Amino acid sequence: MPPAGPRSGDAIFASVERVNAELFTLTYGATVRQLLTDLEEVEEVNKQLDQMGYNIGIRLIDEFLAKSNVSRCVDFKETAEVIAKVGFKMFLGIAATVTNWDADGTCCSIILDDNPLVDFVELPDTCQGLYYCNILSGVIRGALEMCLGRDIAPYLKIVTDTQYLAFTKVSMKTEVTWLRDVLRGDDAYELQVKLLKQVPEEYPYKDDE
Amino acid sequence: MTEKKGREVSESCVDSLLTEMVSTYCNRFYANKPELAARRIEAIGYQVGHQLSERYTMERPRFNDHLEAIKFICKDFWSELFKKQIDNLKTNHRGTFVLQDNRFRWLSRISIDPSLENGDSQDPSAMAESKAAQATSMHLYFPCGIIRGALSNLGIPCAVSADISNLPACSFVVRIKA
Repeated sequence: MPPAGPRSGDAIFASVERVNAELFTLTYGATVRQLLTDLEEVEEVNKQLDQMGYNIGIRLIDEFLAKSNVSRCVDFKETAEVIAKVGFKMFLGIAATVTNWDADGTCCSIILDDNPLVDFVELPDTCQGLYYCNILSGVIRGALEMCLGRDIAPYLKIVTDTQYLAFTKVSMKTEVTWLRDVLRGDDAYELQVKLLKQVPEEYPYKDDE
Repeated sequence: MTEKKGREVSESCVDSLLTEMVSTYCNRFYANKPELAARRIEAIGYQVGHQLSERYTMERPRFNDHLEAIKFICKDFWSELFKKQIDNLKTNHRGTFVLQDNRFRWLSRISIDPSLENGDSQDPSAMAESKAAQATSMHLYFPCGIIRGALSNLGIPCAVSADISNLPACSFVVRIKA
């Protein structure tokens, strides 16, 4: 079957099971508050939120690839765009834009005008230094690192004589940092995504047919 | 405050967040102290339930008795969270209520962390089974906390536990403190 083109984030969001965002927002808020109580150090909370996001990202990428019909994610630029445009929409119901690409296409900004994580949130002064939404940077980092391995059909190289397929996996190691944060007084949320290295792997793949 | 009424997110967001929150407390923070992990997870649920109940009862008159409040949890509150009501409510009329959801969504959707399920033991199958049961029960501290928080916000102090002996049904046992 020929691969259909990527589906729009709106179409996927309309078709997935959705829940009341209050539950999500309040659960995240309660988790952050509990982490602040348990860990005391704001820096440590930032680290844990990022780690939680990373673990979520490496799992969500499968659902993302399956539902979005995104068949290739080898090129960093294209992948960042599709994660921002389709990924944010299909999971959080919000639009994200990608901008500020550097000349060699290895660094960009993802900008969110709207962010369900922060509904009802006001940070007390004691939380200075907290990146409240740090889970999001972790999710992006995790997703990009695992953005491979599944349905990357256009990149399959058919080696007919052995009936084996070989394809290239590319794991994108990134560094994701907050440049702007509304909770810190900025006018939008801006995440800088910097590609540190791409790790290609040759992978033998048995053709079942 | 940028609250958006009627806003929704994909169910995967909630599932992933819950799975990860439970795993963070059970595997990373308190790997050897499940009772501490349980208490933290319940506390997070409590906060959520308390806040949700505050929001959902803002425009309604006060409840006259415990049964009215419990019925609110079974109907309106549960519907907001799970798009369905509690299927069965029982009481002994002495302060204990059993709320049964015949197919509790979070048990069917949430993936139990495999690292919680794999144990090294002489009898791996029994060990895995008990680990899996423990992982499931860890997940249940969260909805138990939600119910306790919601009722506490309505002025009803109580203890809440979960019974999953009849999967995929899940019964929440609410014992109101005299």
